[in-house]
Amino acid sequence: MSQRQVLQGVMSLLRPLLLDVVPTIQQTAALALGRLASYNEDLAEAVVKGDILPQLIYSLAEQNRFYKKAAAFVLRAVAKHSPALAHAVVDCGALDALVISLEEFDPDVKEAAAWALGYIARHNANLSQEVVDAGAVPLLVLCIQEPEVALKRIAASALSDIAKHSPELAQTVVDTGAIAHLAQMILNPDAKLKRQVFSALSQISKHSVDLAEMVVEAEIFPAVLACLRDPDEYVRKNVTTLMREITKHTPELSQMIVNTGGVAAVIDYLGDSHGNVRLPGIMMLGYVAAHSENLAMAVIVSKGVPQLAICLSEEPEEHIKAATAWAFGQIGRHTPEHARAVATANVLPSLLALYMDTDSSEDLQVKVGS
Amino acid sequence: MASLVRLQNEIERIKEEYFTRNRIAEENRQRENEAAILIQSWFRGCQVRSYLSHLHRKATIIQKIWRGFTARAHFRQMVKAAYFIMKMNFYHEMSVRIQQRWRGYCVRKYSHNYYARKRYMEGLARKNKQIRRDLEEFSEFQRRERERMAMEREEQEKNVQAQRMHFLLSTKQCPGVFNSPFRPGPDEMELRLRRTKPLPPRNIPRDRASLLGNTSPSSPSFPGVPRAFGAKPLPPIPSKKPQGPFRGPAEVWAQRQRGLEPSLRVQTSISDLEQAQDQLRSGEWRNHTMETMFQPFSKAHQNRSYERMLHTSSSFQPVPYGTKHFREEHQENLQGKQPFKTVFTTCHVFDKFGRLYSNAGKIV
Repeated sequence: MSQRQVLQGVMSLLRPLLLDVVPTIQQTAALALGRLASYNEDLAEAVVKGDILPQLIYSLAEQNRFYKKAAAFVLRAVAKHSPALAHAVVDCGALDALVISLEEFDPDVKEAAAWALGYIARHNANLSQEVVDAGAVPLLVLCIQEPEVALKRIAASALSDIAKHSPELAQTVVDTGAIAHLAQMILNPDAKLKRQVFSALSQISKHSVDLAEMVVEAEIFPAVLACLRDPDEYVRKNVTTLMREITKHTPELSQMIVNTGGVAAVIDYLGDSHGNVRLPGIMMLGYVAAHSENLAMAVIVSKGVPQLAICLSEEPEEHIKAATAWAFGQIGRHTPEHARAVATANVLPSLLALYMDTDSSEDLQVKVGS
Repeated sequence: MASLVRLQNEIERIKEEYFTRNRIAEENRQRENEAAILIQSWFRGCQVRSYLSHLHRKATIIQKIWRGFTARAHFRQMVKAAYFIMKMNFYHEMSVRIQQRWRGYCVRKYSHNYYARKRYMEGLARKNKQIRRDLEEFSEFQRRERERMAMEREEQEKNVQAQRMHFLLSTKQCPGVFNSPFRPGPDEMELRLRRTKPLPPRNIPRDRASLLGNTSPSSPSFPGVPRAFGAKPLPPIPSKKPQGPFRGPAEVWAQRQRGLEPSLRVQTSISDLEQAQDQLRSGEWRNHTMETMFQPFSKAHQNRSYERMLHTSSSFQPVPYGTKHFREEHQENLQGKQPFKTVFTTCHVFDKFGRLYSNAGKIV
């Protein structure tokens, strides 16, 4: 029997179990469906084709909390694979049911519903818009204020997924007052929560100057710099991403970050980290230096040039080298003083070697040449 | 007439003399003429020369005066010009200074302030250093916190383990697993076992049915009751509730256990004031270093007789008090009884101690 037939068989076996009298059997069947769907995209498609979703969604409104949790798990497992599947989930009317379960008391149900909404909104702007139109955002902001850490995590990640697609969506998230609550959670001891919070804030602030200014007005600096010494690597990376998104808009924002000592903290972070996670830090320094020669001099004074030289020599990856070369270009282009500072770090020979190297990519060569 | 005669006599001589003189003169005429010319020319020359020199002198004087005049005028002109130039230079200098200051001020105020920028960079460097220091301290602190938490958790786990394995404690008869007789000292687990209290014995649940179903709200994480890891709480003892307005047993027990909390009025005894006064008095008496009261204007100190010291007034011999007799001895009450025996014969209870069952009983 081919795999597809096997799958059809499995679905046809599980579907009647969903309508069983005993609630435990229903819950377990839903859980099984969810696990199958989350493992493989074909299985998820089979779930969709087997017309199971409307049944699940109908019973989402009525059954007890364990069933709701399992049903939301199935929806999430189906929606996570591709935009088409997520669209199929939405077409069955899942959004209203999920938003209603966001109003439940049980935190596990809310967590599962928020997770499903997050996975739906992740794929593209249309789906995010549909999630927002279903009225999920105020409820997610309420979920963030709940005491359970897992729920906060998932709600923050859902908000981050919604806000990342377009400025209007980010504005919608901000209008419900999410920034204040996200800012309050910055100093929470849980590392995964901090990851999601910083990711959400950076997705909000990346779209426009006003949004970045609103994020900054929440007085997150200089508390954010303390999180740059978190033991978790991805927390640090997300903090630097947030700083990069803020600094790239205007010189005033960059100036504010420089005045709070953010540049020194990021340079130390570059020294401590290795690999791909250095990229947002390097880009942040480049953006800061690009705005004006005062800021470029500030980067130089904070001992950024030796650190960037170390990054250039240590990192094997092409795109990181390209980013470092671009950052050097931004620092050195303002006045001869800046160029001299860049030159004294013995960077130019290595840049020249990169330029001449036929192995390096087009992008790298263009960046080095500028 | 005499003169006329004389003259007529003389005419010939005169004529001859006239002719000789003329001839001499004629002969000397050239020479004399030339001499005269010479003399005249020389004289004229002297004249002219003196006139010329006179003229020269006068002309010199005039020229001198004139030159002086023009030179002074010129000099005055030069002085004026030099003064003017000096003034202008001075003005130029001063105006350069003013323009310097003004340009500096203008540029600093409106376009670019070098010193402000320099100060900003220095301030920025200081701030960076401080931020770096603060972040270092913070990460140090976090690291220590985490280590401390990890250590506490480890301690906790080990204590739980020790509680569960409390039966492995060594006894005098039989050394435990962690207290091997070949070790120089007991293991740290042995010490832990000695420190911790064992778990209370678990009751077998009365009915199985109460264990099924969802867990009750008093979950295994209920504090205050030591439990083995993963044990469920015991089900409540079922008893018939008595009819009537009775409180629950827990409440009654709590009320029984509640201690007395008398009010302050009840707490104070009736003789509290006198007691306080006595205390104060005895406190003062205790703290006195001088027993004799100070009595001014009295001669009480003169009436004191000298008390000898105990050291000097007792004899220098061993004192029988404490060894031979004591204060509290009433010899007549004893009626000839013997003093207590302090040494006895042995009892054989502990003969077999350490030699009973196995060689493991021989503890070093």
